Amino acid sequence: MRTDTIAAIATALSDSGIGIIRVSGEEAIPIVHKIYRNKKNQAVLSDYHSHTIHYGFIIEKNGDLIDEVMVSVMKSPHSYTTEDTVEINCHGGALMMKKILMTVIEAGARLAEPGEFTKRAFLNGRMDLSRAEAVMDMIHAKNQFALKSSIKQLRGSVSDKIKELRKKILYEIAFIESALDDPEHISLDGYEERLSGQVSYLLKELEKLLESADNGKMMKEGIRTVIVGKPNVGKSSLLNLLVGQDRAIVTNVAGTTRDTLEETVNLGDITLHVIDTAGIRSTEDVVEKIGVEKAKTISEDADLILYVMDTSIPIDDNDKDIMRMIKDKKTIILLNKSDLDEVVDQSSVADLLSEITKKSISLYVSSEMNYEEEKQQDENIHMVKFSAKENNGLDSLVGLIRKMFFHGRISYDNEVCITSSRHKEALLETLDSMNQVRASLENGMPEDFYSIDLMNAYASLGRIIGEEVGDDLVNEIFSKFCMGK
Amino acid sequence: MLKNREKVDVCVVGAGHAGCEAALACARLGFETIIFTVSVDSIALMPCNPNVGGTSKGHLVREIDALGGEMGKNIDKTFIQSKMLNRSKGPAVHSLRAQADKAEYSRAMRKVLENQDHLTIKQAEVCELLVEENTETFSDIADKKIVGLKTFTGTVYECKAVILCTGTYLKARCLCGEAITYTGPNGLQSANYLTDSLLNLGIEMRRFKTGTPARIDRRSLDFEKMEEQFGDERVIPFSFSTDSDEVQIDQVSCYLTYTNEKTHDIIRANLDRSPIYAGVIEGTGPRYCPSIEDKVVKFSDKDRHQVFIEPEGLHTNEMYVSGMSSSLPEDVQLAMYRTVPGLEHCKIVRNAYAIEYDCIDPKQLYPTLEFKSIKGLFSGGQFNGSSGYEEAAAQGLIAGINASLSIQGKEQIVLDRSQAYIGVLIDDLVTKENFEPYRMMTSRAEYRLLLRQDNADLRLRQIGYEVGLVSEEIYQTTLNKKKQIESEIGRLKNTIVGASKNIQEFLKAHESAPLKTGVTLSELICRPELTYEMIGEIDPERISLPADVVEQVEIEIKYEGYIERQLKQVEHYKKMEKKRIPADLDYHDVGSLRLEARQKLIAYKPVSVGQASRISGVSPADISVLLVYLENYKRK
Repeated sequence: MRTDTIAAIATALSDSGIGIIRVSGEEAIPIVHKIYRNKKNQAVLSDYHSHTIHYGFIIEKNGDLIDEVMVSVMKSPHSYTTEDTVEINCHGGALMMKKILMTVIEAGARLAEPGEFTKRAFLNGRMDLSRAEAVMDMIHAKNQFALKSSIKQLRGSVSDKIKELRKKILYEIAFIESALDDPEHISLDGYEERLSGQVSYLLKELEKLLESADNGKMMKEGIRTVIVGKPNVGKSSLLNLLVGQDRAIVTNVAGTTRDTLEETVNLGDITLHVIDTAGIRSTEDVVEKIGVEKAKTISEDADLILYVMDTSIPIDDNDKDIMRMIKDKKTIILLNKSDLDEVVDQSSVADLLSEITKKSISLYVSSEMNYEEEKQQDENIHMVKFSAKENNGLDSLVGLIRKMFFHGRISYDNEVCITSSRHKEALLETLDSMNQVRASLENGMPEDFYSIDLMNAYASLGRIIGEEVGDDLVNEIFSKFCMGK
Repeated sequence: MLKNREKVDVCVVGAGHAGCEAALACARLGFETIIFTVSVDSIALMPCNPNVGGTSKGHLVREIDALGGEMGKNIDKTFIQSKMLNRSKGPAVHSLRAQADKAEYSRAMRKVLENQDHLTIKQAEVCELLVEENTETFSDIADKKIVGLKTFTGTVYECKAVILCTGTYLKARCLCGEAITYTGPNGLQSANYLTDSLLNLGIEMRRFKTGTPARIDRRSLDFEKMEEQFGDERVIPFSFSTDSDEVQIDQVSCYLTYTNEKTHDIIRANLDRSPIYAGVIEGTGPRYCPSIEDKVVKFSDKDRHQVFIEPEGLHTNEMYVSGMSSSLPEDVQLAMYRTVPGLEHCKIVRNAYAIEYDCIDPKQLYPTLEFKSIKGLFSGGQFNGSSGYEEAAAQGLIAGINASLSIQGKEQIVLDRSQAYIGVLIDDLVTKENFEPYRMMTSRAEYRLLLRQDNADLRLRQIGYEVGLVSEEIYQTTLNKKKQIESEIGRLKNTIVGASKNIQEFLKAHESAPLKTGVTLSELICRPELTYEMIGEIDPERISLPADVVEQVEIEIKYEGYIERQLKQVEHYKKMEKKRIPADLDYHDVGSLRLEARQKLIAYKPVSVGQASRISGVSPADISVLLVYLENYKRK
């Protein structure tokens, strides 16, 4: 696996002022040397000092001049990939960049696979797995939060936090072990109390990180949202309202099954990942057939359910079905006011809901959604009045979602945020192990039992930052970086 | 000129604790074996402390016994006091330690050797190893193979395997302050020629140091000023095949006293006369078995250190001053010992001294203890850079077994870190960088809850049996024990008791929470305040079981959750051990390794990714690179 030399266009492939072609690998400098000429036509690229930039030209095989460029040389190991790297700053323009890239490849480089520069940076020890993942995330960032959290992770805030926790755990392991080996000089008298304090601290920190993991994932990937309700109650109007409000539909990808459609909608700082039945906007008939059953399966994975009710249609068994389905979910009931006479009011909905969910909830309803004044109530189910026709209630809806998911605020800057499900899983394992340590303390187990779970906690945290090699590491790497099949 | 030539299967060089186990293993497996010693009177000599076992070392002795070694049986015959240490802690760190009658221990072992079929004892100094080019070149990379050795008196012994167990004898030098003698321990003759032969064969040598305290005359001590230390009331034997009724003997006492500031002042004032601090000693000493000088310097905040006064045997007045080994000059020694309460008028019989000797960096060995570069050459004990009788015996046994297996052309055995302390010991030696004599410690074993001293037979008897060192009869005993344990655990897990009146009363009497619903008996044993024995009251169907079976049942049930979690850890560990690295792998071809990692991997030639990951200087990132490389290699 001697590293070959790879090349790719590093900037966006669009008609911009300047474009950059990056070349990395053992042969990067000789390869670019073949196609580069300075003004005097005599420069040897390898003679240049690392981290210097040079004016010159890129020349085709037949000697024709392609472009006027600035070439920067970064020598190993002081580059992004830690390999010799040359960056060619050329004039922007998709055609020009492609042409230069082709010339570089003809000179001996290979076209880089997506993410391959990062892969090399990781494999060469330039960054740990969590940082490498952050780079990959950044490339695929869906919104502002995702971008910021990737950058933070890249700077190592996750690594730093994890390292701090690991250091604390390691200290305790080392203390216990040394006391076992040298009881004459290291005493465990009163140690339980100290460890107990440390365990509480660690548990609190882990829980904080885990909470951020839930938020982080939703902030990064969007809140998985499902719109449910009986046919013809205004589901499509709601969707149109959501989509229409902000034209920034990031993706429009057909889902895994042919009849679902996933829309990513940015509402200010919140991203909703709305899962919708494909039929909604095409044929109303299909929706009839799909009905409640279909929605049930989809909503099982959802973070948020938007349940639309038309106040002019009486409550029936279908509503009861839906209510049973939503009872453990974060749900917002949207009472859609139509032109027809109101036959359903909020108190009858609330009563029925209390009966079905077996939770004594009294729902506070406000068309203004002045949630500052809200009384104690079930945190997971809220009711909002809205009118699809008059196009109101949307701001309240956004405010309510922010409150339900991010405690009313979204902070980008101060907290370390866990955004990967791999990290979350490792954190959960760590939490589990620390809880075992606490149980051992409470049961008065001898000290040597603490270390089994402390070691597990230490290892689980290590897997997040790649300081512990997990069983699945290879698969992880292969899937992350789509390596050689 | 007549040249003496003899032919055997195996030559064992050295008759200390490693050599004895190695020679016995080979001879018992039917190979003509000859064991060389510079003095037949020093077979299985204990030149330092008068005990066998202790924390984690007790585990080693148990494991040696389970595999069919001799050490456990020999100490059971010759101990004068015995104690299970750490009883207040978990079962993983319980450890047996016995005081030995040194002279008896040595004599008893010599008797075993002298009466072993296929084994010859020979007093001679081995000077040279004889090798030939290794022409069998399948997967193995050794370019030489052993064909024999030569003694100082000129005889050549042709053989198929050599096991080096030279202890502290190679170019040994003893230091007592300014007084230096060129001898092995106890004034015995050193071995001065073999090192050069090894160097000529391309083996890298290094120099280590160790030390021993003074022996003092019992009659010069005042025991009133010390705390008497008794043995256990009921002695547990080391060997699984010793009848425990036979070891209930009258035991002798040891005595505990302490150093004080006066002792420390004397040491500090004379540090410049210590060969170590004066720079005369080149060898590296053990951090975990430090001299009193080291302790005073390193733990300068401690105002006292423990000193144990231990008898050297029943038929001698010599007492061992444990905790005060030293290489200070004689006059300083005497002054320093005499500051210790009870030792004010002590008379020194033998001075404390430090000893320096040649040994190898064990990274030159496979985990089988065979040299990577010379087929058929094995080694064990202090020669491999370890310290301690038990560590030596453990390696000697494995080297003996593997030398025999290699002659038979069979696959050699490697105990892994999840199977035995012996596995941890050898893996550490051949994988980790050791800059000082390696001592076994509890903390070195990651999976120690599984590697208890009480279950060594359950872990290892089968391996001993398959090798051929454990008899059919003994093996059947172990299998039977296993069966009894399993069926009793099964019964306890399936026997449900309800919240009846007598059960509730029983629980109340033992300050245990009353039942709300039915529970199994094993769930009750899990409660910290209850034991298997107590539960007997409410368990009418119980049949009487041997104590060792009950012990296992209780541990397995009480610590089930922990044992399960530890087994999970082992599962993960084994996955990495199973990822083998081809012997011919060219690390230059693994693109992204860091330079240091590449050099280390080339030097150590690890057999698995797991072993590679334990080499210092190889980081997790390097392991990721290696894994990715191997995966690509496999896919190609």
